[in-house]
Order: sequence, then structure tokens, then C-alpha cells
Amino acid sequence: MSTGNMNLTLKIWRQKNTKSKGELVDYKVANISPDMSFLEMFDVLNEQLITKGDQPIVFDHDCREGICGMCSMFINGRPHGPKNGITTCQLHMRSFKDGDTITVEPWRAQAFPVIKDLTVDRSAFDRVISAGGFISVNTGNAQDANNLPIPKANADAAFEAAACIGCGACVATCKNASAMLFVSAKVSQLALLPQGQPERYKRVQNMVAQMDAEGFGNCTNTGACEAECPKGISLENIARMNRDYLSAKFVSQEEA
Amino acid sequence: MSSLSKAFSSSIGKKVIMGITGLFLISFLLVHCFLNAFVFFNDNGLMFNIGAHFMATNWFIRAMEFVLMGGLLLHIVQGARLTFQNNAARPVKYAVANGQANSKWYSRSMGLLGTLLLIFLIVHLGNFWVVSRFTGIPTHDANGHEDLYAVMKKTFENVWLVALYALSMISLGYHLLHGFSSAFQTMGWNHKKYTPLIKCIGLWFSILIPLLFAIMPIAMYFNCIK
Repeated sequence: MSTGNMNLTLKIWRQKNTKSKGELVDYKVANISPDMSFLEMFDVLNEQLITKGDQPIVFDHDCREGICGMCSMFINGRPHGPKNGITTCQLHMRSFKDGDTITVEPWRAQAFPVIKDLTVDRSAFDRVISAGGFISVNTGNAQDANNLPIPKANADAAFEAAACIGCGACVATCKNASAMLFVSAKVSQLALLPQGQPERYKRVQNMVAQMDAEGFGNCTNTGACEAECPKGISLENIARMNRDYLSAKFVSQEEA
Repeated sequence: MSSLSKAFSSSIGKKVIMGITGLFLISFLLVHCFLNAFVFFNDNGLMFNIGAHFMATNWFIRAMEFVLMGGLLLHIVQGARLTFQNNAARPVKYAVANGQANSKWYSRSMGLLGTLLLIFLIVHLGNFWVVSRFTGIPTHDANGHEDLYAVMKKTFENVWLVALYALSMISLGYHLLHGFSSAFQTMGWNHKKYTPLIKCIGLWFSILIPLLFAIMPIAMYFNCIK
């Protein structure tokens, strides 16, 4: 199992369910390898807990290679821990020192209620997507590739926006628990491409309305989201969404 | 609710109100600072009083005073609402939050800086605006203009007021340092060619304007301006 020499103290948020009041509980782990991922260290801790007959700590994880966006964890005051541009599964124990105390909390936002321990309900994001983060197409044969010419710069910017994995680190780190970076990435990836044009202004209005309805806070442009995003989604997307939203509301005559 | 009022009550609409009123207040600061800088003519306030006389009698300026009061109130009320709403968006706070790792402290403290500025503003309006509009400026200068300069000299004999004014300008500087470029971002004016320029102008604006404002009471207290 563990073959390293790191001994750590963990302060981990334990919460039975959405309604109950949680608290930080201290745990010790020993002989942790610096080559382990942060989630593997949690696996070691959970095995200890299970062996003792305790409840293991519930945390979200899936692909463990930084592409699914499932793993969360607010580690020592930052989403996905102390490194930039990675998810928690890509964080390794060599980023910490032997003897460290590490505090691990769930994403905290009104719109992300805790389900249990470190797992939060991020379905608010799904509802924002359902409100307009798609294109309506008729089914039929696939078009020939490159049928629709797209400028390279637009294709690149759309691709960069589409890199968003919906992990929620932007909401978690924002002092206002605002979801603007996420929503703007989902708006931008379609607003930049010809396929997204017919529904462009309806989409932005519906998605922003849903974002507001979910109880996310208001963006104050601190830039924390961009700095903590594991996929490097840029604040330019927020400006683009604001532009589209304002032209939809104040220029377009179409009601969403 | 009509479609336009719905737009203004959305999260982006609320920010737009902050941005527009903020940019308007920035333009006011520029005029205010330019006219106040007339004290540096060192002519016992003659030029300054000419400026003050113009501002007090020109119909356009007087009309804009109402717009300014409206804009200021909107900025304050909306700012307070946003601060409370944003606070409520995270009912359970983090035990450990490392904000300095990803953002500037002043960008996270606009509510606090704004509150400090509001306290300053109440004192400031009491010192000058109430005097020139309501209670009356007691003396006249050599040109026969109301001597607002004398009121200023008298006010800045008080070391505590001088300190309050100078310290408040630090709050103003940091408030502007975030607010100036943030207003452009909110309006969607983010552009690879212009954003670096906006940030640069914002930086210099937030240093120079508060610095000039702060020098005035300090220089008067130490009798460097005659």
C-alpha cells in the first residue's frame, strides 16, 4: 500500500447530509509516498477508516486524469490545491512537506449544497446548460468536414472555451460564489462558431437567467476564477458574454 | 416586469449599473481634481475662486450636480446590495481561504473600500458642499467672488481632517485601481489591443488623481500654498 515516508495531519470536513451541520475532523496518515496523487492519499486514509469500522470520507472522483471535472476539494484555501492548471487528481503529495497540516473542505456555495462530506451537488451547472448551452440541429447525414469555413482564430478561441470541464473551481474560489466563468465559457464556445449563431442571443439570455435563478453570486472581476481554473479559461469569455447579453437585452427586439 | 427592468435586475445588469456610474464618477473626479488644482497657482485662491464661481453659477454644471448625486446614490445603493447578495451566495464560509494566491486584496475589498469612501464623503460634503450650497460662504476675495478658498484653508488647519483626507485618498486609489479597468470588463470592452492600454491608464489615474487630492490639504496645513 503506502510506501513513502510522509506523515501528515489532515483536517477534513465531515458532514452527514445536506441538512446536518458539518465540522472539520482531524486525521493522521503515515508513510505516504510523495508520488501518490492527492486522491490516492485519500484512498489510503479511507482504507484505514474502513478497517477501523469508521465511515469512509465521501469525495467526488471519476477519470483521475484531469479531464472529467468530477474531483473537487478545497485544499488549504484553494480549489484543487496549491498548484495552478490542474485538478485534484493531478495534484501529487510531493507538493506538500512531511509533517504538513492540510485542510480539506468541500466547494462552498449556496448553489452547490453539500451532499455528504466533500461531495457537493453541482447539478446547478447542468440546469444552466439545459437552459441554452446547446445548438438545435436537424438530424440527418453528417456534413462534410470543412463544409463551413471558420476562421482559425475563432476556432481556437471556441476550442479554448470548450476546454471547460465544469468542475466548479471558479465558483468555489470566487469570493462571491459567482458562476460567470463557467457560464461564459459555455456561451462563448457556441457564440464563436457559425453553428451557434441562430440561437446566440436567446441562449445567452436564458443561460444568464438560469445562472441567476440558481443563486450564484455576482461577478466583481477579481480574476480569482481565471487564476484557479484547471483549464485556463480566460476572463475574455466573461467580457464576451457581457457583450452578447447587453446587445441581446438592449439592441435585439427578440425576447428570450 | 418590463424586459428592460428585468435586464437591469439580472446579475450582469446590476454590474453594468456599477460600471456606468463608476465611469461617470471617474469623469467627475477628473473635473474636480482639475479645478481644485487651481490652488497650486499660489495666488491666495483667486484662480480657484474663479473656478468655484463658474461651477456654482453655470446652469449646465448645476444640472449635472443632480445627475452626480443620482449617480453617486445609485453606485452606493447598488454596491451595498451587491455586497450583501454576494455574501449570501456563500452562507457557510471556508475555514481556510487563500485569496491572495489568486487575486489582489483590493479587488476583493471593494465593499470595504467603498464604505471608507462613504464615511469620507459624508465628512467632505459637510465641510464644503453644505457650506457653499446652504450655510453660505462667509467672506469674499479681492475679485469679489465668494471665498471658498478661505473655507478650505480654515478646514485644513485641523490636523485630524487633513489626516482623514489624506488617508481616504489611499482608499480612493485602491478603489480606482480595481474599479477603473473592472468597469470596462463589465461593459464587455475587453480587447487584446485596448485592454493593456485601459489597465495602464487606470493605474496612472488611480495614482495621480488621489495623490493630487491628498497633496492639497497637506500642503495647506503646512502653509506651502499661500
